[in-house]
Amino acid sequence: MKTNLKLRRYHAPVWNEPVIMEMGRRGERGIIVPEVEKEISEAVGDAESYIPAKMRRKQLPELPELAQPHVLRHYLRLSQQTLGMEINIDLGEGTCTMKYSPKVNEELVKQIAEIHPLQDEDTIQGILEVVYKFGKVFLSEISGMDEFSFHAGGGSESAFTGACIIRKYHEINGELAQRNEVITTIFSHPCDAATPATAGFNVITLYPDKETGLPSVEALKAAVSKHTAGLMITNPEDTGIFNPEIDEWTKIIHEVGGLCLYDQANANAILGITKAKDAGFDMCFFNLHKTFASPHGSDGPACSALGVKKELARFLPVPVVTFDGSKYHLDYNRPYSIGKIKDFYGNVPVVLRAYAWAMSMGAEGLREAAEVSMINNNYLEKRLLAISGVTKPYKVEKRVDQIRYSLEKLKEDTGIGIQDANRRIIDYGIQSVWTSHHPWVVPEPFTPEPCETYSKADMDYWAAVLSRVSKEAYTNPEIVKTAPHNSTIAKMNEAPLDDPKKWAMTWRAYLKKRKRSKKT
Amino acid sequence: MNLSNGSVTMSKRQFIHPYIPNSVPEVKEEMLKEIGAKNAEELYSKMIPKRLRLKTTMKLPKPLPSEYDLKRHVGKILAKNQTCQEYLNFLGAGCWQHYVPAVCDEIVRRSEFLTAYSGEFYSDFGRYQAFFEFQSMMGELVGMDVVGVPTYDWGASAGNAIRMASRVTNKKEVLVPKIINPYRLSIIRNFCQPKVMPNHIDVKLVNYDPEVGMLDLEDLKSKISLKTAGVYFENPSYLGIIEAQGEEISKIAHENKAVSIVGAGPISLGVLAPPAEYGADIVCGEIQPLGIHMYCGGGLGGFIACRDEEKYVGEHPSHLISITATEREGEYAFGECRFDRTSYVARDKAKDWVGTGTALWTIAAAVYMALMGPHGIKEIGETIIQKSHYAAELLSEIEGVKIPFSSFFKEFVVNFDGTNKTVYKINKALLKHRIFGGKDIAKEFPELGKSALYCVTEIHTKEDIEKLASALKEVVK
Repeated sequence: MKTNLKLRRYHAPVWNEPVIMEMGRRGERGIIVPEVEKEISEAVGDAESYIPAKMRRKQLPELPELAQPHVLRHYLRLSQQTLGMEINIDLGEGTCTMKYSPKVNEELVKQIAEIHPLQDEDTIQGILEVVYKFGKVFLSEISGMDEFSFHAGGGSESAFTGACIIRKYHEINGELAQRNEVITTIFSHPCDAATPATAGFNVITLYPDKETGLPSVEALKAAVSKHTAGLMITNPEDTGIFNPEIDEWTKIIHEVGGLCLYDQANANAILGITKAKDAGFDMCFFNLHKTFASPHGSDGPACSALGVKKELARFLPVPVVTFDGSKYHLDYNRPYSIGKIKDFYGNVPVVLRAYAWAMSMGAEGLREAAEVSMINNNYLEKRLLAISGVTKPYKVEKRVDQIRYSLEKLKEDTGIGIQDANRRIIDYGIQSVWTSHHPWVVPEPFTPEPCETYSKADMDYWAAVLSRVSKEAYTNPEIVKTAPHNSTIAKMNEAPLDDPKKWAMTWRAYLKKRKRSKKT
Repeated sequence: MNLSNGSVTMSKRQFIHPYIPNSVPEVKEEMLKEIGAKNAEELYSKMIPKRLRLKTTMKLPKPLPSEYDLKRHVGKILAKNQTCQEYLNFLGAGCWQHYVPAVCDEIVRRSEFLTAYSGEFYSDFGRYQAFFEFQSMMGELVGMDVVGVPTYDWGASAGNAIRMASRVTNKKEVLVPKIINPYRLSIIRNFCQPKVMPNHIDVKLVNYDPEVGMLDLEDLKSKISLKTAGVYFENPSYLGIIEAQGEEISKIAHENKAVSIVGAGPISLGVLAPPAEYGADIVCGEIQPLGIHMYCGGGLGGFIACRDEEKYVGEHPSHLISITATEREGEYAFGECRFDRTSYVARDKAKDWVGTGTALWTIAAAVYMALMGPHGIKEIGETIIQKSHYAAELLSEIEGVKIPFSSFFKEFVVNFDGTNKTVYKINKALLKHRIFGGKDIAKEFPELGKSALYCVTEIHTKEDIEKLASALKEVVK
């Protein structure tokens, strides 16, 4: 194994920028507001006279005053101090599917920048066509679901929408008071537990068997009852293990009268391989900013497409995009709809990018993306398991899109766990790894996801970085513990973050608290 | 659309897509050899039972792997749209057309910000500093010490804020104005759960004064009690009305040990009083006006600000980025405050949930506020007031047209009862003049008659406004 590849020399940009609130000087201007024509100001007079006296702002807000080039320079510097996917081998952020977002799609998105969502239907036929076809033609074929909604601004909001549909379904059936439980698994995304809780359900979380990495069918059978409203589950889970009994699970839920929602936030390695409908699900959702190549945007804006079987279509949020054979419409007249989850009809630019990506790929391309992602994952496994201190929990040999590895052994041997290692790998110019949501069922976890974007050489390099950090842990643990050394900043003091006397979410709060602590 | 599996044009072995380096057959072979498998099928067969695996290729349109072909194809579809650059737009109602400074676009199109996601505080230092700066500048606008990283939109921020109030007070009833965007109210109701659920929050509507459109304080007093968790109101309201009784409303809320929640339009806050000044405990609202294009509704983001007290911070659902220091003298760092609150840690026991939100727009809004500065934000408020009132005056001169509420910011109700046309018909006719008329609110508020909600911002010139007035004059005849 060539894990001793030569690592490149790297240092993150260090600009040592002040906070913008400290910058500029009084009187500087960043931009000039469009002028008010003389005739207008003469006709209407002062703006102030239109504001009730009590509602007038008395003091100018203490925003910074900077000239335009300096605002630009500041934010360019901050951008440089952000390790975007496009400038590094970003396969470490697993469960996130950090795939390439084609640049041409950004060109397309510019064309809809100045469209208002309430424009007359006749003037947004192009947008409605994209939304309709992406659901009906692409996602229906991929998932087997009949209708899609693009309202949700992220995977969690999609999960919430699904929970609201489960709620509405039982409400209409007069069973909501009785059916107050949603079942999920600990390796499903936390939104599959948090959003049904906000929707009003009690949540039952199933934990995995030590051998299989999955909760047993018996555990599920013990959890279901007349109180079961539904199942919200990821598959493959964060471990990369595909639950081979998933159709048995959905059957068990259906037998007690519940609905099944499939969290397919990252479905990247099973596109064209297996369908939500065939596993017995009533609903599923795809995160278009993951599987369908829309950029992650530093954490949104995103879009999660929620698909439902036709029996549940009447519950979808309004409006639904429909087609009458010649024209597209926004259908608000749906009496059984759950109503609104998000204003208007979703983050349309994200849908547009996803449509363009899927059009570029086609059926074979999507399957190729899935297969290569899966092969990449299995290849990277060979590389990573050759590194001292890295283990793969659970006795399931083959994993689909990602693997939740553990550095427990490394920690036992050297004292270096994932948090220290994560501050060190960035010294070699790759993004920090995704560890795990809490609780850490897998100790010292990390979850790389080498999707189809990454080449064999990328994976070899990434493995070489981890290998180097492992070697350092065994030979010179201090350098790992005190990391980062080549990053934008030194190791931070985390204590103030949870201390009400010191935390500061705004500059104004920071100034007040600093002053107070100086006095005492 | 031509449905075919694409196998006519490219056989599987030769498919080398520019987005997939490892689709080169030789490299795939090398990797498979190392894995110890013949092909992908063999591996999948060890993961997914045969009964669940697809036996056929999906039926999708013929792909366009050529970037040029793709651009032509999508461009042709998008050409069917008309935009607010081609038409004169007076629609607002939750998404507003403002000028987006070129620097905002330049920054949010930076590859680093566009494609980052969830890297940690060191490797993604820049985006965390930008979030902190957003929080800091928004804090100045609303007058509060705590602001979080925004969620999906105003509706979600209002839903979150109301649930925060319910947890802070341990009470399950909230008062909301009758003048509210019905879709926002629907979002709020979804957050508050149906009656049959034990943690349902009862949403009660408070009437408005029909003369001025502001909250009816008598009705508020009759509906509020010690059972009330919070009073939510907006400034400016859904219909653009400036709520002048903020102080009284907050006082009534506080007398009943309820939280005062204000939904605020941040672009008004250079001229309107910061909500904290009239007693707000939680402030939420929409950031889209701050340097973000409308994107057909894809430019939204909802902020939540609150008091810097443990009982509020502890109930905030979002990412809260705090400033701190590093081991190097004089160096700032940024990290997550009380991350154990969030669903990433506490799952179903969390303070609602946090997920992929609207970070890129958070950065755009930060750039916008930095560009505007104190004088810019004041001037844009004044400009919007002058232009929107000028428009209202011109429209009110048209026979049969009335402006029922006179104290407004940016948006105003236009009533057409004195004409024999419905808003629907008027708007259809305005399209022929290449104008998008105001949103039809006749069904939302039947008591306001045949009314539309018009929006005039800094982007409208005198000429634009006069064009609207003369087109309307012709249309309502």
